[in-house]
Amino acid sequence: MMDWLAMGGYAGYVWGSYGVTLAVIVGELILLGRRRRRALERACSELEAIDGD
Amino acid sequence: MSFIYRFASPATFYPLAGALVPWFFGVAAALALIGLYIGLVAAPTDFQQGEAYRIIYIHVPAAWMSMFIYVIMAVYGVLFLSLNTRLSAMMMSALAPTGAMFTFVALWTGALWGRPTWGAYWVWDARLTSELILLFLYLGFMALQAAIEDTRRADRACALLAIVGVVNVPIIYFSVKWWNTLHQGASVSLTAAPSMARIMLTGMLIMALAAWMYSIGATLLRVRAIIVEREAGSEWLRRHVGGRA
Repeated sequence: MMDWLAMGGYAGYVWGSYGVTLAVIVGELILLGRRRRRALERACSELEAIDGD
Repeated sequence: MSFIYRFASPATFYPLAGALVPWFFGVAAALALIGLYIGLVAAPTDFQQGEAYRIIYIHVPAAWMSMFIYVIMAVYGVLFLSLNTRLSAMMMSALAPTGAMFTFVALWTGALWGRPTWGAYWVWDARLTSELILLFLYLGFMALQAAIEDTRRADRACALLAIVGVVNVPIIYFSVKWWNTLHQGASVSLTAAPSMARIMLTGMLIMALAAWMYSIGATLLRVRAIIVEREAGSEWLRRHVGGRA
């Protein structure tokens, strides 16, 4: 296991690649969720504004 | 033809995309797990590069996606300008951030691979430079979209940028042939047998397929958000959103 994690001395390069890739994918998904929530909230508030007339 | 037009309408596409997203993400996750197992555990050490070569399993799929996504954006740009379908413009915009993400990943993993194998994180080599320009094209596309208030004008300008910028994609792809580059030539091509071991190739192709599925899932999710942003107040969206309010 430790051998595997050490990646033959290239741990920083290999895990640095995999880790950052995972981080930006997770980041993209978080931003996507936030964009969707905001869009829905705005659409809902517009609906209420229309209904309020 | 009427079938295509029916699905080109945001009102029909919105629920369809919503139903498809979990499938694409599910398949992407399953493929990524298999690909990661092959790439990080099952595949043997490279006799020249040692374990550092394992970066290939994300570097190459990310670099392929970065180019594919731009080409698809340009195709949607052509569709939007010629057929004037709103959904084409929305798809084009939905693709850009995912394309930029994969371009960044290709550059980042390339830098971390270049250091142990070439001795440098970065060199101004034709392949690396043209890929960096691709990142700027994606960022420019998103900035242009955000800078123009009127959605239709923004879409037209962005479609033009996507179409003009697509010239960079063959430059990236053929750069290793046209110029003397530090970057190695293609290991996989349509015309020649791949120059890598079968298990390594299998792992890489599975990861590429996972990247495809992820990209489709993320793009569909984003296009749904864009549809809500742009169609807020329309009768059909009222029915969808109304249930959630």
